[in-house]
Amino acid sequence: MKIRDIKDILKAKIYTGEECYDKQIQGVFASDLMSDVLTTEFFEDKSILVSGLNNPQVIRTAEMLDIDAVLLVRGKVPTEETIAMAKDNEMVLMSTNYNMYNACGILYSKGIKGLSNEKNKVL
Amino acid sequence: MKKIKCYNYKIDKNDFVNAGKVSSEIKKNLKKIGFTNRIIRRIAVISYEGEMNIIIHSEGGEIDFEIYEDKIILKINDKGPGIDDVNLAMTEGYSTAPSEIRELGFGAGMGLPNINNCSDNFNITSSKNGTKIESTICLE
Ligand SMILES: Nc1ncnc2c1ncn2[C@@H]1O[C@H](COP(=O)(O)OP(=O)(O)OP(=O)(O)O)[C@@H](O)[C@H]1O
Ligand SMILES: [Mg+2]
Repeated sequence: MKIRDIKDILKAKIYTGEECYDKQIQGVFASDLMSDVLTTEFFEDKSILVSGLNNPQVIRTAEMLDIDAVLLVRGKVPTEETIAMAKDNEMVLMSTNYNMYNACGILYSKGIKGLSNEKNKVL
Repeated sequence: MKKIKCYNYKIDKNDFVNAGKVSSEIKKNLKKIGFTNRIIRRIAVISYEGEMNIIIHSEGGEIDFEIYEDKIILKINDKGPGIDDVNLAMTEGYSTAPSEIRELGFGAGMGLPNINNCSDNFNITSSKNGTKIESTICLE
């Protein structure tokens, strides 16, 4: 599934990274705790991080792991600082009104599987 | 083995404004030098977890980052107050982080285990004068 499809099915608002609309997404990880995210091996260029954490650390964490799309849930509006950091890192930053459970459920039902914490494996 | 390059970065306690900047810089330097993305990600996780622990749990400290021909060494040192029970601190899920820190997205109790898992060689010692972590990544 492409970023643009995810944007459409989750009725998401895009804050940065429109130029990446055609990027294919293969895996998702969802957490509000950044060290949980940092246990996970993501696919470079093909993963999305779903989080309710709305601060620059979510972008920093994504940057460390070469994750290039972050989806905020529950309609969180990112701060200027968070948007600027996402832009600096050429990252997609978007926000959906769905809560974490529903956003992930919808993505799962469309066939995007979760990334596991066991290195290099997709559940 | 010959040391090719070394960097030193100071980190202040409670400096949430700059949190992650040092690790971001380390990551950019490694990209410029041309290491593989996988190696860079492992080092980025080690450095970022170490940096956040200094900011959140310590009185301030520094990261020394040394590149050798066959390995990279990160030395993550702070000025205290130290960890009472290092074995307990190394347990996945153990955290003393207060609720304000959890709201910032930290306090899963996974930082030290993550550093250990990303290292080929890991050593931690702690006293009231400070915590010292040495993490080695072998270059393939
Ligand atoms: N540099 C340090 N100085 C003092 N105490 C520390 C230091 N680093 C870790 N600790 C102690 O060890 C515990 C576990 O650290 P660890 O990094 O594994 O988890 P955390 O920082 O609490 O949460 P997370 O890293 O998942 O966000 C901390 O909660 C803290 O009590
Ligand atoms: Mg930590």
